[in-house]
Amino acid sequence: MSERLTADVAIIGGGLMGCSAALALRRMNLSVVLLEQGWCGAQASGVNYGGVRRQGRPVVQLPLSQRAYAIWQRLPQLIGSDCEYTVSGHLKLARSEAELASLEDYRGQADGFGLQLEILGRAALRQRYPWLGGKVAGGSLCPGDGHANPRLVAAAFALAARNHGADLREGTIVESAVFDGRQFTVCAAGGLEVKAKFLLNCAGAWGAKFAEQFGEQVPEYPIFPNMWVTEPMPKLVEPNVGIVGGGFYVRQVARGNFVLGGGRGTGQLAIASTRPDSAAMFASMRMACEFIPALRNALVIRSWTGVEGALPDHQPVLGPSVTTPGLFHAFGFSGAGFQLAPAVGEVLADLVAHGATATPIEAFSIGRFSAAS
Amino acid sequence: MNEPRIVIVGAGPAGVRAAEVLAAAGLRPVLVDENQRAGGQIYRQPPAGFVRSAKQLYGFESSKADALHRTFNKLRSHIDYLPETLVWNCAGRQLDLLGHGRYQSLPYSLPYSHLILCTGAIDRVLPFPGWLLPGVYTLGAAQVALKAQGCVIGSRIVLVGSGPLLYLLAYQYAKAGASIAAVLDTSSFSGKLRATFDLLKQPLTLAKGLYFFAWLRCHGVKVVEGVEKIAVSGEQKVKAISWHQNGREQTLECDAVASGFGLRSETQLADLAGCAFEFSQLNQQWLPQRDLAGRSSVKGVYLAGDGGGIAGADAAELAGKRAALALLEDLGKTIDLREGRRLDRALQRMQGFRRGLERAFPAPVAWARECADEEIICRCEEISAGELRRAVNHAGTLEMNRLKALTRVGMGRCQGRVCSAAAAEILACSAGKSLAEIGRLRGQPPIKPFPVAVGVALSPARETS
Repeated sequence: MSERLTADVAIIGGGLMGCSAALALRRMNLSVVLLEQGWCGAQASGVNYGGVRRQGRPVVQLPLSQRAYAIWQRLPQLIGSDCEYTVSGHLKLARSEAELASLEDYRGQADGFGLQLEILGRAALRQRYPWLGGKVAGGSLCPGDGHANPRLVAAAFALAARNHGADLREGTIVESAVFDGRQFTVCAAGGLEVKAKFLLNCAGAWGAKFAEQFGEQVPEYPIFPNMWVTEPMPKLVEPNVGIVGGGFYVRQVARGNFVLGGGRGTGQLAIASTRPDSAAMFASMRMACEFIPALRNALVIRSWTGVEGALPDHQPVLGPSVTTPGLFHAFGFSGAGFQLAPAVGEVLADLVAHGATATPIEAFSIGRFSAAS
Repeated sequence: MNEPRIVIVGAGPAGVRAAEVLAAAGLRPVLVDENQRAGGQIYRQPPAGFVRSAKQLYGFESSKADALHRTFNKLRSHIDYLPETLVWNCAGRQLDLLGHGRYQSLPYSLPYSHLILCTGAIDRVLPFPGWLLPGVYTLGAAQVALKAQGCVIGSRIVLVGSGPLLYLLAYQYAKAGASIAAVLDTSSFSGKLRATFDLLKQPLTLAKGLYFFAWLRCHGVKVVEGVEKIAVSGEQKVKAISWHQNGREQTLECDAVASGFGLRSETQLADLAGCAFEFSQLNQQWLPQRDLAGRSSVKGVYLAGDGGGIAGADAAELAGKRAALALLEDLGKTIDLREGRRLDRALQRMQGFRRGLERAFPAPVAWARECADEEIICRCEEISAGELRRAVNHAGTLEMNRLKALTRVGMGRCQGRVCSAAAAEILACSAGKSLAEIGRLRGQPPIKPFPVAVGVALSPARETS
């Protein structure tokens, strides 16, 4: 069986990046064929922690993150669902005066980006969050940050893109992608061939593999964030909570379940090969219970992990290819892509339609790796 | 070569017989079991000190129960036995354990070189109006109450559903002095008649089934076949049950209902152990692949008993022995090949009988079509049939894990053990697909809820910097 399609834009990868790009492109009336090896949003986009957070991001990401923040506010109009997006605030805890100083330092760096960070000392923190335990020196609150349900977001973007006329092909494994100087030809298993003027590499943990087909070497490696969830508990913790240096992160959803993460699971780049790690779960349990003692009484009902693409400098690759005109990359978000994704889709659509975007993305250029080698 | 570290999960008929064969060959397996005492569900023993006799507890099966318990008692000093211990994860060729009470101090992980999974079965639950009212049990739970604690579930009890357990439980309850208001069978007399040829492959078992049926009739227990549209009503608890027979509605007052529509294999550990699965038309369930001897697709992992496909207690004893023989053979030991072939033949005969049972007691085929939109399918997460259908009709969901992701079905405390059969039926029916086409829920640890406090205790204290 063979099938030939032609589109303005071909997209490899039906994660949140690819799906939001597909929707943004359709809103500009460009034709789109998206190729996803499994189900749209079933990999990192669907199984991540669900933090919708600007606080703590490197300052170079903040313009992109702010653009995303604006889109998150109008999800229902854009994709027909709020995807359980909750503006709960994001609280980052500090255990020592040195850690608190680092939070204050960050507030200075992020000044002017609109995060409205509030530094809280030990006493203020305890008063505002009586559930807090452990040795806390202080914290930083970003009131506009929050969380959402990752299982719903990519699926909703995919559905919206489809309803806007994007051709989404699930269960379609891309075998090769080439550029003949004029257009791209993407071949998938099962005999599907797509010709397009533009190609978006939104392949997540598999992104470097496709970049390599165009002569671009990227030192991407897979990570497997370890996550677990408790049974529903009485409402207690409002903000999405993290800690300086990582170790654990936790949010309580509307139904009462606590969703927690920390440490790494195991896996490979094959779909469904990832496994959560018990020892990592125990370590994050210990740390989470130190700061939220009420969690000790909970039962964990499920743990999981998924595969995400990471890069050594923890910055994504986002922007034009340096070898191939019409090819744009968006992958390797290093475990922090969920909040950015709606803006990444728009940026990619800008690049396709106008050859440029108003959002600064130079720091994410794929050229930074070829230049270094 | 290192000493093999053999672990058997489950101390029911399959697990005990597997342990017996291994111990006889001079090996010392570890037998891990959730229950306080060996015997599994079918030969469950009451806590020590309870006085009901084996005859009272197990009826016709008392000699088999006795034999299994005696075998186990003789084995005790030749195996390492971990009762009251939940295996909640299996990864990297080790099991993660959760012990209770005096077993709390055991190591939380148990590495294995060979694993025999004898994880048994659970009732197939199909919701009906009122199924969440207090006073509604599964047939299996009602039987556990009687065997373990000498309790019955009410003072005016209706048993409803399909399958041999329906009549066995009615007989056991009536013999124990419980008041059975009615036995409502969703399968029909004619279906049972059509199944007679296969059922005659185990004439003794068939005779027992007919005996239960006749005994109930003789003792004035109301038995209704071909029942449809079951509905339980009541405010805070069960007050009455209604049903249709031949298009006519009937109602009966009662204070407890037990229901069940056959059994489903408990396959979570096989899934976490990495076993490949295939859809079984006979069981209408995705099951771990296994050869006749019980070898799974993963080297060193074996399946025996109802956990690898429903075949009943007699077959489980044989399958436990057979899997242990296969394990010994794989270790390079000399085994009695004739015994192996004898077991293979006996197990094949039992499969024929099992086909007959499925024909006699089919799961209600119209259930998924007739189930009302407002019916709760997933009680942990309170997901209704209508929400599942919307995920199919609006979002185009065609696969079980996508259904889970979009609706939360199977994401609660039971992790799909209770709700996934019904959810799969709804998805398949709405999508116009077969159960085989929609796939199966991918398992994640823990397979049963795990206390955070235990995880904290098992984590080494954080180094202070």
